[in-house]
Amino acid sequence: MHDLIQYIQSYLDPNVKTTPGGAGNIFWATVYVLLVFVGLSIAVIAMNWLERKILAHMQVRLGPMRVGPHGLLQPIADALKLLLKEDIIPEGADKVIFWVAPFIVVLAAFTVFVVVPFGPTHAITDMNIGILFMLGVSSLSVLGIVTAGWASNSHYPLIGALRSSAQMVSYEVAMGLAVVSAILMTSLNESSTGTLSMIGIVQAQKDQQVWFLFKFFPLGIIAFVIFAIAMVAETNRAPFDLPEAESELTAGFHTEYSGFRWSLFFLAEYSAMIAVSSIAVTLWLGGWMRPFPNLLGGPTWELAFSFIPGLTFLFLGAICFYNTARMPKHPLFRIQTIGLAGFGAVLALIGLVLFVPVVRDLVGDIFWFSAKVAGFMYLYIWYRGTFPRYRFDQLMKVGWKVLLPTGLALLILTAVVATVADPDLRRSLQEAVQRL
Amino acid sequence: MTDPNTLSPLDLDTPDKTFLDSNELVINMGPQHPATHGVLRVILRLDGEKVLGLECVIGYLHRGVEKIAENRTYTMFNPYVDRMDYVAAVSNGLGYCEAVEKLLSVEAPPRAQYIRVILTELNRIASHQLWLGTHALDIGAITPLFYTFRDREEILKIFEKYCGARLTTHAFRIGGLQYEAYDGFEKDVKAFCDFVKPKIDEYEELLTTNRIWLERTKGVGVISGKDCIALGVTGPVLRASGVKWDIRKALPYANYKNFDFEIPTGENGDTYDRYIVRMIEMRQSLRIIEQAVAGIPEGPIMAKVPKVMKPPVGEIYHSIEAPKGELGYFIVSDGSTQPYRIRVRPPSFVNLQALDIMCRGQLVADVIAVIGTLDIVLGEVDR
Repeated sequence: MHDLIQYIQSYLDPNVKTTPGGAGNIFWATVYVLLVFVGLSIAVIAMNWLERKILAHMQVRLGPMRVGPHGLLQPIADALKLLLKEDIIPEGADKVIFWVAPFIVVLAAFTVFVVVPFGPTHAITDMNIGILFMLGVSSLSVLGIVTAGWASNSHYPLIGALRSSAQMVSYEVAMGLAVVSAILMTSLNESSTGTLSMIGIVQAQKDQQVWFLFKFFPLGIIAFVIFAIAMVAETNRAPFDLPEAESELTAGFHTEYSGFRWSLFFLAEYSAMIAVSSIAVTLWLGGWMRPFPNLLGGPTWELAFSFIPGLTFLFLGAICFYNTARMPKHPLFRIQTIGLAGFGAVLALIGLVLFVPVVRDLVGDIFWFSAKVAGFMYLYIWYRGTFPRYRFDQLMKVGWKVLLPTGLALLILTAVVATVADPDLRRSLQEAVQRL
Repeated sequence: MTDPNTLSPLDLDTPDKTFLDSNELVINMGPQHPATHGVLRVILRLDGEKVLGLECVIGYLHRGVEKIAENRTYTMFNPYVDRMDYVAAVSNGLGYCEAVEKLLSVEAPPRAQYIRVILTELNRIASHQLWLGTHALDIGAITPLFYTFRDREEILKIFEKYCGARLTTHAFRIGGLQYEAYDGFEKDVKAFCDFVKPKIDEYEELLTTNRIWLERTKGVGVISGKDCIALGVTGPVLRASGVKWDIRKALPYANYKNFDFEIPTGENGDTYDRYIVRMIEMRQSLRIIEQAVAGIPEGPIMAKVPKVMKPPVGEIYHSIEAPKGELGYFIVSDGSTQPYRIRVRPPSFVNLQALDIMCRGQLVADVIAVIGTLDIVLGEVDR
């Protein structure tokens, strides 16, 4: 028993500056896994509500308003409905594969979060091949989609599955090229060692005092844009949502799925969106680092920025209170009004807790990482509200004829620039000049 | 591979191949499908995603409107026509009333004519707005739908104030109008014109120069003017193929000859041109409305029409330019109170015949775009 407690406490030692996986501590790794899983589920639920609300407001309508105040309980009501629905497996379907397919997708989408660095030590583990692991595992989800389309034994899912396999495979190439060019930049530290580790990549940006987005302007931005386009295609979202193109293929690969199984696809889609956004944040936007670390440096700014998480939650709570005051005064709305006020109170309380110095230091990294990811989530919704859908051949054209050549050229350019800027090379050149 | 043009639209008797072997896929789109605008069923023959041919199966909304007419008096049948093209009910009513008026040799008084033109043109805008929203939705842009519905609401409000109904209006009577324009009608219509002009710009801002929209519509569903004429295709589809044919100008009815407006035409006959033509048509309709509102004369709104209508024995064909194309009514009278036969020439039904020609060799996604651009209403196709 004593050993067990010691084992648990050993990770809490301030000298242990590594992830639970890095420290080999199974207990804390499990805790982190659970935390990530719960956090992700909450994020998906929140995303569900936010997407409907934001999209609705872009489209001059209100979105969900009935279930809970301002429809806040709508995702929960939907989840309940999906769980209670009859579980239909079509007669002609290949039952085993039909059953397995959604789990493959969900597994792939959730497994990648093993290496996502929410902070310097806030990751389940830090692999030395982190980014490769992420790209590799996330591309497994295409397998689930193809098997889902195939096992349904129906035309629309089959076409959807074929589309998605072609789409995801071709956009992975462009995506990979953009990622490689960012990885090249990591080798420009004083220590001059490149890294594939997710935490290492952020550390490299910290060491080099620049987010890779702004490195070698405009090369970093171009790589980021290529990745940002490819990641939308990779997650089958508008304007690249051909595999599930509603107006063409009814629902694409998940046409025959219903209830819980369908909700797994939904869950996977949203967690995949979060996963690829985390890659983008890690590679180009400085991961967990707060914005303007150079421009607004110093302990005063450090302190000011550490208040932002708490202020954000207080602000959200204030919005809730403002809307509580605006709720109709009719007695029928009393429960909703109380609920909204309660929700606001919870948010405000969280905000207050986030002001406590210990908590402040603990969650700062996680907050900034999540905020950046949330920015990408907003972009996803924005795209969906704005763009028409690409046609299949045009999608392929964009992938192979635009993004791929641009990515290749970019990679070569980055390599050239990186070689020129390499401190080692420069040093040896200087030595050579001195010797002359 | 076989030349798609020599293939019959739907040759299901091809030798049976095993599933893994077959390159061709026959899929059944509809009658329950998000993008077939109601209950159209399209049987598609695909090679991968390429369309080899298609066949429309219609009749899921058949209500026997033409047969019903034979058992109703001329007046009683008037509301039924609203249920054909239910998004342009006012146009249907105009066509029917004018046809019967022609048969009775009466003419609606000028004031009625002006109000008729205003309401019909408002309805054209409403119909085009609904087309734009659903067409954009089919191509994947979900937002324009809500914008167009928001603005279409203003038109429906005017209809509601005028005759109490929003969709199936039954706005006109044989011989003129039943209702005088309500107080503030002119003000409302003028206000609407000012309101909707920037809104049309807003739709265009979202779509006209959008790269994805251009790629999805340019060169898609091309049909030549010759083919259009051969198939009897009319309306914006015909005009987008470069044929300047609008019954409002070619065979003026109501009092369209009093108004100054232009007939937009396209050049390429593709989906983009049809989109542009309809957008310009909305603006031209506004022009007509503004002229009409400015010049509504005073006077009666109903011509002298017998209480019991017994048109003389004979037959008549009268057609108008409905938002979707030429809407014609062929009425045979046997001298009794009920028509002997009414045949409707619905623009949607005739335009739908062009679907096969427009879609061959294109991709599945284009079929959706083309169904949208044809602007069909199944109530009118099936009647």
